[in-house]
Amino acid sequence: MTLSAELEARFEKLLKSYPPGRERSAVVPMLLYAQDELGAATAELVEEVARRTGITPLQVDEVVTYYSMLHRRPLGKHHLQICTNISCLLSGGAELWGHACKKLGIGNKEVTQDGQFSLEEVECIGACSWAPAVQVNYEFQHQMTPEKLDRLIESLRKAG
Amino acid sequence: MLYNPPSPLEVKVLTRRFGLANSASLETYLANDGYLALRKAIAMTPEQILEEMKASNLRGRGGAGFPTGMKWGFVPRNSPKPKYVVANADESEPGTCKDRLLMENDPHQLLEGMLIAALAVDAHAGYIYVRGEYRYLIEILERAIAEAYERGYLGGNILGSGFRFDAYVHTGAGAYECGEESALLESLEGKRGIPRIRPPFPAVAGLYQCPTVLNNVESYAAAPAILRDGGAAFAALGTAKNGGTRLYCLSGHVNKPGVYELPMGFNLLRMIEEVGGGVRGGKKLKAVIPGGSSCPVLKAEECDISMDFDSLAKARSMLGSGGVVVMDEDACMVRAAMRIMRFYAHESCGWCIPCREGTLWLKKILMRLEEGGGVSSDIPLIGELARNMLGRTFCPLGDAAAMPTIAFVEKFREEFEAHLNGGCQCPS
Repeated sequence: MTLSAELEARFEKLLKSYPPGRERSAVVPMLLYAQDELGAATAELVEEVARRTGITPLQVDEVVTYYSMLHRRPLGKHHLQICTNISCLLSGGAELWGHACKKLGIGNKEVTQDGQFSLEEVECIGACSWAPAVQVNYEFQHQMTPEKLDRLIESLRKAG
Repeated sequence: MLYNPPSPLEVKVLTRRFGLANSASLETYLANDGYLALRKAIAMTPEQILEEMKASNLRGRGGAGFPTGMKWGFVPRNSPKPKYVVANADESEPGTCKDRLLMENDPHQLLEGMLIAALAVDAHAGYIYVRGEYRYLIEILERAIAEAYERGYLGGNILGSGFRFDAYVHTGAGAYECGEESALLESLEGKRGIPRIRPPFPAVAGLYQCPTVLNNVESYAAAPAILRDGGAAFAALGTAKNGGTRLYCLSGHVNKPGVYELPMGFNLLRMIEEVGGGVRGGKKLKAVIPGGSSCPVLKAEECDISMDFDSLAKARSMLGSGGVVVMDEDACMVRAAMRIMRFYAHESCGWCIPCREGTLWLKKILMRLEEGGGVSSDIPLIGELARNMLGRTFCPLGDAAAMPTIAFVEKFREEFEAHLNGGCQCPS
């Protein structure tokens, strides 16, 4: 499979980050970085990572199914992850989650029809002191309110 | 970047460079005592480094509170195998958001701490295992590592000493369990993050079955200050057997939630009142989770307590990872217990049956109590199920799920009973 030059360089660096014969260590990072570019951990990607790390596609599949950030199907262009764990719960995280579902008309791990947005109710993302917290792809948003979330969604929609 | 204003009560040791211009840069680090401890450590024998670490009374900041110097001492220095230094940056204990700040604002402090550990055990490679959600920190760490190579703080001949150390950043991809040391090592080897049976401990058989020092980010970040100012000076900041400062993450119903660096042994009530500005909305304090979701809840009347590993253990809770979750008089304890159990059920790796099944059944029972479908036998059943998980799993996740649940029911039984009639009618 053909990868972008950037991803090729990332793979090369990763494979050199572990002692000779330990290339398997690169499996999780390779999958995550590739997924960021391809949109999903596809069967083709699984084969490719297996080939490059010298393990079987089944061994790569075992990894894909274990980690919550790895997924086989593409998510929305803007993946909204809303934390409802204890600190966020105490600061309105559950209400924020309900608001987001209603606003976008989708549920957990669903994608809007236009492919722009997806939603996920996530576990603690490490922003407890600035709760409730949201991540849009990898970007943190602190002290969210339903109003701020609406504005964020509108601005992402405009940006396309 | 800082996300909350500092408190005048803070004692800034690990966070002393926070807020400086370009605090993550090597330039700023060097201008503010950066890598002085490394220079000192290079001139010391490994035994002397271990002595300073032991004298500091630093105890593991990931949650277990094991003495760091002693842990480093378990590594067989003369082993013919390669040795590794691994930083646990998989911060994911609910209520905890401190390692994020340490890496964002001062990545070189972490690298220097890992270098000191490497000198102490004769390791030549190190990995920083960062949770996948913290991608921006991986970028910051990679920049810091590149800067350190350029200026000779990493690589084949560190500061002309002939010592070699290579540092790498490794990303996780979403799994609380990978914060557990042996599951982290499995994950770092490219496998599912399931725990290993111990002994042998990682110090003897860790990464690739080689001797490995594995510590939390905050533990490594304390090492430069310990070597620079001496173990005794660090120890003196805290209480007996609990040296130094630690980063407390105040969250929940307080006026000024935030991450604050305070001496070990700081009084919890004072932390809430004077650092956190008191309970939000002038309400009364009901309960506090003192160290992240795995730590049994304290009732308000138990909160006049010294925040150190031993005092919390004596109160049948834990200091844990420093996540202090404050709950006011209106907070629903059933809802809190239920949400925490939903988390553990989601994050149980499924390897040990008592944890996999126990968390699932506890989640079901707590959810039905919360929603109004509970029956009176559910309340003793929670305790029975939870107690049957204790000590019956390879890793502490089973205990981490069971212990707080037992405490919620024991300490707030009347709230669970009130939920039998129509579910949750709590104010918030």
